[in-house]
Amino acid sequence: MARTGTSRSRRARVLPGFGLTLGFTLAYLGLIVLLPFAALVWKTSELSWGDFWSKITDPRVMASYRLSFGTAFVAGVVNLVFGLVVAWVLVRYRFPGRRLIDAIVDLPFALPTAVSGIALTTLYAKTGWFGSVLDRFGIQSAFSPFGITVALAFVGFPFVVRTVQPALEDLEAELEDAAASLGATRLQIFLRVLLPSVLPALLTGFALSFARALGEYGSIVFIAGNQPMKTEITPLLIIVKLEQYDYAGATAIAVSLLAASFVLLFAINLLQAWSQRHHAA
Amino acid sequence: MPPDAVVANDLLALQQAAYASARTEKPWVRRTLIGLALAFVALLVLAPLAIVFLFAFEKGWHVYLAALADPIAWSAIRLTLFTAAVGVPINTAFGVAAAWAITKFDFRGKSLLITLIDLPFAVSPVIAGLIFVLLFGLQGWLGPWLVEHGVKVIFAPAGIVLATMFVTFPFVARELVPLMQAQGAEEEQAAMMLGASGWKTFWRVTVPNIKWGLLYGVILCNARAMGEFGAVSVVSGHVRGLTNTMTLHVEILYNEYNTAAAFAVASLLTVLALVTLVLKSLIESRHLKPLKAKLARESRGDVE
Repeated sequence: MARTGTSRSRRARVLPGFGLTLGFTLAYLGLIVLLPFAALVWKTSELSWGDFWSKITDPRVMASYRLSFGTAFVAGVVNLVFGLVVAWVLVRYRFPGRRLIDAIVDLPFALPTAVSGIALTTLYAKTGWFGSVLDRFGIQSAFSPFGITVALAFVGFPFVVRTVQPALEDLEAELEDAAASLGATRLQIFLRVLLPSVLPALLTGFALSFARALGEYGSIVFIAGNQPMKTEITPLLIIVKLEQYDYAGATAIAVSLLAASFVLLFAINLLQAWSQRHHAA
Repeated sequence: MPPDAVVANDLLALQQAAYASARTEKPWVRRTLIGLALAFVALLVLAPLAIVFLFAFEKGWHVYLAALADPIAWSAIRLTLFTAAVGVPINTAFGVAAAWAITKFDFRGKSLLITLIDLPFAVSPVIAGLIFVLLFGLQGWLGPWLVEHGVKVIFAPAGIVLATMFVTFPFVARELVPLMQAQGAEEEQAAMMLGASGWKTFWRVTVPNIKWGLLYGVILCNARAMGEFGAVSVVSGHVRGLTNTMTLHVEILYNEYNTAAAFAVASLLTVLALVTLVLKSLIESRHLKPLKAKLARESRGDVE
């Protein structure tokens, strides 16, 4: 975050409440976050390595990884392209309805996932507005990976727009002027000057959208059809295992999914650091 | 004007025209991009929004009101309100306390603490539910102890409240930490030196400074608390009238092909989402953006 200059380094402990606030923070963090995580570690430690490995490489689980990672990737790419277009239009142009569009971009954040799920399923079912049109072209949209991708694009869309928007706002007009005065065309300026400057933000948005999509459940479970080996996403498989009282299986899959999330989180942090250096330069 | 100055002016105008065409897109490119953006937002975001209200009122007001007046729907609404009423205030108190400790004091492990506070955001809602089952479920860590003492957490409202508190844990803290960091501690220190007590300083100096950021965090926290689905779905057990929240009720109705009733309950949640969006964008544009711009100016040392 923003540096506040020299004032912070001179801060002495004249303010009260350090023990009280830090104590409450740690106690609450411990109870609500760390204790449940400890239960996950405890359950995982009961599994032998071979057991763990066979549970997370079971063909049905592997099929769910392929589906979850594949659809999350495609949805991320769709958002990368259209998120950039929407952010660009919102930052650079003035047109009627701009503020409405700007506000509505966040709807997927605010709308409960179960509501998005049933609304999207209704739209893309064979009898729905979009489903019936796609059906005429021989595309089955609901209850297929196509429908899952649409739902993931929906939930991930605000991430790309909201990370790219500030990057576009911060671009310095001088760079564009310089390029223009050197005789560059508009397309050249976009590809050589503007796009490289917002690339870190774009990739961050993609990674955030991808990470959210990997763990997403509510908006997918209605539209997916949930057939084992075909349209069963990884988070759903965790619930299936739990319903069969296979706690060990559910835990193993959850740990593998968590590992993927943490790798992504790490990548996002690196991207943000890169983006800040870019910004400072 | 002397003649060579006129020539120079013409040259300048020509040059500026060339710049202008390189500084912005041609009108047809602009129109295409705006059209593309509007079409994408309409198809992806607005169409599902429209569907909710169209299908909620598909069979008329009568069916709509009947779906909401149903006793099971009522108990779901009550449970959702209860969950938010417990979870949001506790998470708000936590967010303020955490932000106070993190931004007003220096201590070791601060960045680890910030990372841990954000942890629930990185976790799939399903895993959030799972870890509470592993902790409190019958086969869980504390399960046997809870059974002995006759306490039921999983498949009971307590589990729903706990899972919701977990998924909404970071909202307030995450909003307040950067804001209070940028504001520094000078104003509080000045108040203390003038003899105000700690509480008085907090209520009279800190709260007025952070109120919009605080409200922003609370609104987002509340929207997520009332709308959470995946995590509560895992811990709820779906006992009708007892452990069903509004989102779980929507799921049951939809799976029973009771579409009109499902969308009727969903429409309430959608109104909540829309109200949240309006408040969020109002607070952002009227209060947070000017405030952050002011803090950025101050940190650069510009004179007001």
